[in-house]
Amino acid sequence: MSGIVTQRAKSAQRRDTQVGESMLVRVLLITVALGFLGLFLIAPIATIFSAAFSKGVEPYWTALTQDDTVSAIWLTLLTAGISVPLNVVFGIAAAWLISKYDFWGKSILVTVVDLPFSVSPVISGLIFVLLFGARGWFGPLLSDHDIKIIFAVPGIVMATTFVTFPLVARELIAVMQAQGSDEEEAALTLGASGLQILLRITLPKVRWGLLYGVILCNARAMGEFGAVSVVSGHIRGLTNTLPLQVEILYNEYNFVGAFAVSSLLCALALVTLCVKKVAEWSVSSRQAKRDASARALAVPASATVNLQGMIP
Amino acid sequence: MRLKTRGVLPGFGLSLGYTVFYVGLLVLLPLSAMIIKASSLGPSEFWSKVTDDRALAAYKLSFGSAFAGSLLNAVFGVLVAWVLVRYRFPGRSIVDALVDLPFALPTAVAGIALTTVYAEHGIIGEQLAKIGVKVAFTPLGVTMALTFIGIPFVVRTVQPVLEEIDPDVEEAAAVLGASRFQTFRRVIFPALLPATLTGFALAFARSLGEYGSVVFISGNMPMRTEITPLLIVTKLEQYDYAGATAIAAVMLMASFGMLLLVNLLERWARRAEA
Repeated sequence: MSGIVTQRAKSAQRRDTQVGESMLVRVLLITVALGFLGLFLIAPIATIFSAAFSKGVEPYWTALTQDDTVSAIWLTLLTAGISVPLNVVFGIAAAWLISKYDFWGKSILVTVVDLPFSVSPVISGLIFVLLFGARGWFGPLLSDHDIKIIFAVPGIVMATTFVTFPLVARELIAVMQAQGSDEEEAALTLGASGLQILLRITLPKVRWGLLYGVILCNARAMGEFGAVSVVSGHIRGLTNTLPLQVEILYNEYNFVGAFAVSSLLCALALVTLCVKKVAEWSVSSRQAKRDASARALAVPASATVNLQGMIP
Repeated sequence: MRLKTRGVLPGFGLSLGYTVFYVGLLVLLPLSAMIIKASSLGPSEFWSKVTDDRALAAYKLSFGSAFAGSLLNAVFGVLVAWVLVRYRFPGRSIVDALVDLPFALPTAVAGIALTTVYAEHGIIGEQLAKIGVKVAFTPLGVTMALTFIGIPFVVRTVQPVLEEIDPDVEEAAAVLGASRFQTFRRVIFPALLPATLTGFALAFARSLGEYGSVVFISGNMPMRTEITPLLIVTKLEQYDYAGATAIAAVMLMASFGMLLLVNLLERWARRAEA
């Protein structure tokens, strides 16, 4: 999944081939592919919105403005507001380190950065319970000082940060590796400081990858369910994030409420996908422009030979 | 020990220090806490906790349905990638964008949506019930949810490889008298195989640990539709920390094994490309 933006930007244009399938086969394959996606993707999304508005706009609005839901919205915003900036700073540092230098242990570091992706969300919650829970490593110490982490907001923030932390780093590593460091090195020879290079050269260069990374990280932070559900304790109005609120409403058979909250999260996911599309377009159009200007500047080999011949 | 660096840009020490500190504090410390806790159990206690009947049934369901879901994704993922790369049809770029939805949609939302669609009175579940197929609250439902979760992986690993395949090769095969199907089987498919397997392994690894989208559709009956992550949560809720940790350690080892496999597959894919 790494470097979605760069990978996809590489060759978006199709080359027309002389060989191909007959029209019938094409239509058949497209139908089967769309049928598969329809069953698994389109039907669920359509259900979310139709169930949310099944009783009209007013029950939808009432469900969203219920006290518990409003406090879940605030907690979700707070959680994402802390863990996303932490992961952005980490992502920039890790991407700079991995794309600009060669050092011993680099591939191990890359693997470790990816670790949270292959760990079950439930285990991501469990590890924090084992550390900070009442019977965990730091449990006695924390209860002596009356600090609550598990079944409280700090635990939710930690679990969310853990689950979402590779997202920005992965996007940036892929984009920065693809772009190389020629411009950065040129800036260095012109006397720019490290911070100036980062702020004026690197970050503007990777802005679309960074934007997509941030938006995806944010969507995942707001939507994390498994890990947060393990550490939250499900205290209504206090430690319920939006996805946990969805679960509670659903289990109470309040389907309009559950799907109303879901529609918010689904809209966020759809916005994330739009940002990704825009990022891909801008990267591929910039690449095309760069390729075109490179072609215009390139002196044909034959011209060089002729020039050499003319020099007395 | 001095680290050998190759790179002239400043900031190596700072970015290395910060990255290692952050990774250590947030990832390595908590994970090692779990491994230490699991290894403090003692071999016979550990073994009896991870091999009791309920745990074995949960592994069987988790691995089986993750395998089935990923296999379904391997087949349809190649097909979707093919259609998206080779054909032009109205709405193609919207479909292309939607493939990533399972990556961005909260799992709990996916879970209740899939349950509503495939329950006995849901729009698709109703049709399936007529022909005697029950999806929600059966192992089939678990497989459906895990298929949803795995959709982006195969499509996104196969797509760039398919875009890079040189049309000349296919034309050469056609000139030499191969039928379109033969060209696919003998020329295109071997080129796509490493990427397909990588996508399959990624989807499988993700499905093994999946929780949110499954718990709603599975019905969570012990021994029948209880996946391993849910068993961990159940044990935690009963304050059986040792049991939860032991089973989590087994799952963690399985994910590390998958991670290793994915790395090997990616190396193979890179060599196949070059």
